[in-house]
Amino acid sequence: MIAFFLKNPKLVRGFSISIAIVELFLSATVFGLYRIDAAEQFQLIDRFESWIPFETFNVQYYLGIDGLSAPLVLLTGLLGLVAIFSSWNVTERVKEHYMWLLVLQSAVMGVFTSLDFFLFFLFWELELLPMFFLISIWGTGRKEYSAMKFLIFTLLGSAFMLVGILALYFSTSPHTFDMTLLPSAVIAANLIMPAATIFIFLFIGFAIKLPVWPFHTWLPDAHTDAPTAASVILAGVLLKMGGYGMLRVLASFFPGLIAEWAWMLALLGVINILYGAAATIRQTDLKRLIAFSSISHMGFVLLGISSVAGVAGHVSPLGLTGAALQMFTHGTITGMLFLVVGFIYEKCHTRYIPELGGLASKMPFLASALLLAGLASLGLPGTSGFVAELTIFLGTFPTWKLFTILGTLGIVLAAGYILWMIQRTLFGARLGQFNTIKDASLAEMFPVGALAVVILAVGIYPALITDVFSEGVQPIIDSIEQSLGSMPR
Amino acid sequence: MTLHDLYILSPELGMVGVAMALVLADLLLRSKRMLPVLTLIGLILPLGLSLILWSDINVSDSNGMQGLFGALIVDKFALFFKILVIGTTALVVLSSVEYVEKFDRLRSEYYALILFAASGMMLLASTVELITIYISLELTTLPLAALATFLRTSRSAESGMKLLLLSAVSSAVLLYGMVLIYGFTGTTTLVGISERISMDLLSGGFTMANSALLFGTVLLIAGFGFKIGSVPFQMWVPDVYEGAPTPITAYLSVASKAAGFAVIMRVFYESLSIQGFSTDWGNLFAVLSALSMTIGNLIAVRQSNIKRMLAYSTIAHAGYLMIGLAVLIAKSPGGDMVPGSSGVLFYLAGYAVTNLAVFSAVIAISHRIDSDLIEDFAGMGHRAPFLAAVLTLGVVSLIGIPPTVGFMAKIYIFGAAMSSGMQWLAIIGVLNSVLSAYYYLRVVKTMYLQIPESKKGLAPGLSIRVAAASSFAGVIIFGIYPTPLIELARAAADSLLY
Repeated sequence: MIAFFLKNPKLVRGFSISIAIVELFLSATVFGLYRIDAAEQFQLIDRFESWIPFETFNVQYYLGIDGLSAPLVLLTGLLGLVAIFSSWNVTERVKEHYMWLLVLQSAVMGVFTSLDFFLFFLFWELELLPMFFLISIWGTGRKEYSAMKFLIFTLLGSAFMLVGILALYFSTSPHTFDMTLLPSAVIAANLIMPAATIFIFLFIGFAIKLPVWPFHTWLPDAHTDAPTAASVILAGVLLKMGGYGMLRVLASFFPGLIAEWAWMLALLGVINILYGAAATIRQTDLKRLIAFSSISHMGFVLLGISSVAGVAGHVSPLGLTGAALQMFTHGTITGMLFLVVGFIYEKCHTRYIPELGGLASKMPFLASALLLAGLASLGLPGTSGFVAELTIFLGTFPTWKLFTILGTLGIVLAAGYILWMIQRTLFGARLGQFNTIKDASLAEMFPVGALAVVILAVGIYPALITDVFSEGVQPIIDSIEQSLGSMPR
Repeated sequence: MTLHDLYILSPELGMVGVAMALVLADLLLRSKRMLPVLTLIGLILPLGLSLILWSDINVSDSNGMQGLFGALIVDKFALFFKILVIGTTALVVLSSVEYVEKFDRLRSEYYALILFAASGMMLLASTVELITIYISLELTTLPLAALATFLRTSRSAESGMKLLLLSAVSSAVLLYGMVLIYGFTGTTTLVGISERISMDLLSGGFTMANSALLFGTVLLIAGFGFKIGSVPFQMWVPDVYEGAPTPITAYLSVASKAAGFAVIMRVFYESLSIQGFSTDWGNLFAVLSALSMTIGNLIAVRQSNIKRMLAYSTIAHAGYLMIGLAVLIAKSPGGDMVPGSSGVLFYLAGYAVTNLAVFSAVIAISHRIDSDLIEDFAGMGHRAPFLAAVLTLGVVSLIGIPPTVGFMAKIYIFGAAMSSGMQWLAIIGVLNSVLSAYYYLRVVKTMYLQIPESKKGLAPGLSIRVAAASSFAGVIIFGIYPTPLIELARAAADSLLY
């Protein structure tokens, strides 16, 4: 079962590291315990039915995982540990820092494992507060502004989401928040608001999180000004909550609608990809560059999801599996990017690309790590990024030829910004002030190495993850094909 | 007055008795420090009597006990409010212990007046007859008006004067409305009013008299609206809240508001919930709610004084509470009762704990630094870490972010709106919550991120730390496990429906 570690006031680094290791171990165990081809969709259930048991307001404490959420749980455990390591050098208010990191991890873990919609929403909101404090207290640059922007944007999205959640709750009879029952309940429900409205409200909530253009403006500021650990978790895991929500909620509960509007998802996805990539090329701050590249990569996720429109009533599982895989791989890749950049920033005291140069000779380990992560980001075969993007394209091409072609342009642009960034910062003439910088310490090498291993492992043998994902995605595909079949042609 | 009447009045009588005993004790005691202790011990008396009445109702399984020729009823609804008021009073008394050092004399009168106001509020929750309502209202307001002036600054005197004058005006309006309704129905008991109106409806004649009823109802809403600080009757709130001693501000924002809502629910539910008519005032409350939320939140953004900011926040929360009033007797499409009234009760209880957490921290901090400006709270994260944490949690609860009771309460009451056809109101509500995050978090930011002028630590006194700690605990515990509180609220609300 998933253990939730809430805040711990008397925390010291070592204690939190051990907690995070236990957490990772647990999440890996959970992942390992997930049996493919089992009968029930959801496994490892933890259910307390009478949490708030009233006929008009029935909420259960209901957790479980399925194929879709199991790898994301693993990702959360992994990145949580990475984040704790990356905060090794934090000196100010150490215990609050780790406290917020652990609460954050619990909250995101809760989102991925919740099977009760109210509980899902509660965990969704729970991550706001730790993120706000992490950015505003330990961040850099315009941290207060970025933290506030992040919070208000996300809160706005969840406001809309709440309306959608409550609408669904009160439309079903008997009223239920149970996410395992909702897909069938929604079809039979007497909706108190038009289905399209509920869909849009929920979509807005997830779209702000993913983020989808034009709701993305909070991301560059929040990512850039956050401390390394927060950036790792924010880019690596929090953004995935948006994609997970779209798959778990929008695709499962509204199969007909999502197929109808898949074209819009494809269009927005392509805008994300191209606009994100174009903006990335112009960046001169390393972290901001990675932030914009995240927007671009999340566009791939959206493109993959848009494959649900299907071709002649048949939806290829590749699109959704690819989208889910992209979420996992982007988490590891961008996590590693932010990690390495964070260490570079600590040692060189600047993130401004024109001021950096020739770092490879002084910091070979970090330089190779950055190179690996960068190549994975642009989708070099052998890395997990390649597998994810290829799967998405294979899945979406039959449905949306033009959009997919435009999407592949994103790879070209990605190669552009990544290689250019690497050339400028790692190679080239070494600047004088960097003569005394040191390479990564042992504590810093460990998380970087861990992520590198995962990136390569999934790149070489993706079935480790894709088998689980494709099983998780199958029920969604089934219900979409069912609704496509029943739609008049 | 029969013995039975005395029995059901016993909590109020106990409260008044303790108040008078306090004044006497002041004459006899030398040390003023004993006064708050005596007050707290004394509060056990009305609390115990209320609990006895509650168990009595449980045992006899009746819906409540009537008394005083039908002017009073003591049911679970009334007892919920009585206990809420007593709890709030206790926390305010705890918070005041240090603060009263600002008054050179009249300390016992301070505590006694608080208790007198409390007794008025407790009575207000029990009354089911128009004249008694009026009397209880006055009993509540007059001590509070006096208390508002206790700081003896010109601001303080102004706030007391405003409270007194404006509540006199609103009481007059209220009385006029009551007179009209009496003229129309010929009776002043709420039950009687309801019977007369439905009788007239049945018999079919309803033209001239109908407008009198409508007008009277509007005037009632105006009079009560003043009490709860709803737009457009909210102009007194910022000035009075700013000038009054901060514990009294806390008391006004929580207990006085709770009592106001109690009597509104009583009046509108028992006497005016007639088919066809109830959608009229339901919609009116909905509009007032939307206005209060929006205007309260918008103006709060511009405030630089924390008491004024909290005053506008109170107006906004009155708006959220009124959502529950708007759907008070609505029915969801499925036909089952909507949790409008229990939503209000649950929200009031949660709001009481939350606001007292915020205020206890504010009282402690501004007492030490002798300023009410938000910018002077800079650096409190280091200087007063416990208080800053309490204030932060309270603020988070006011916004409605988990794991706080404010989150639960907001979802509960927005859910009530969603399920009864007022989805637009729920949407306005959630958008307002987002808006409020901005000004609430500004306080948090100032405390933790701004560099203060002096780095000296603040050492708050014991009693206010107890108050802060208990409200902090309440916010978290009920945020994670709200079930007992919701159950209480529903039991109380159900007894309102008889």
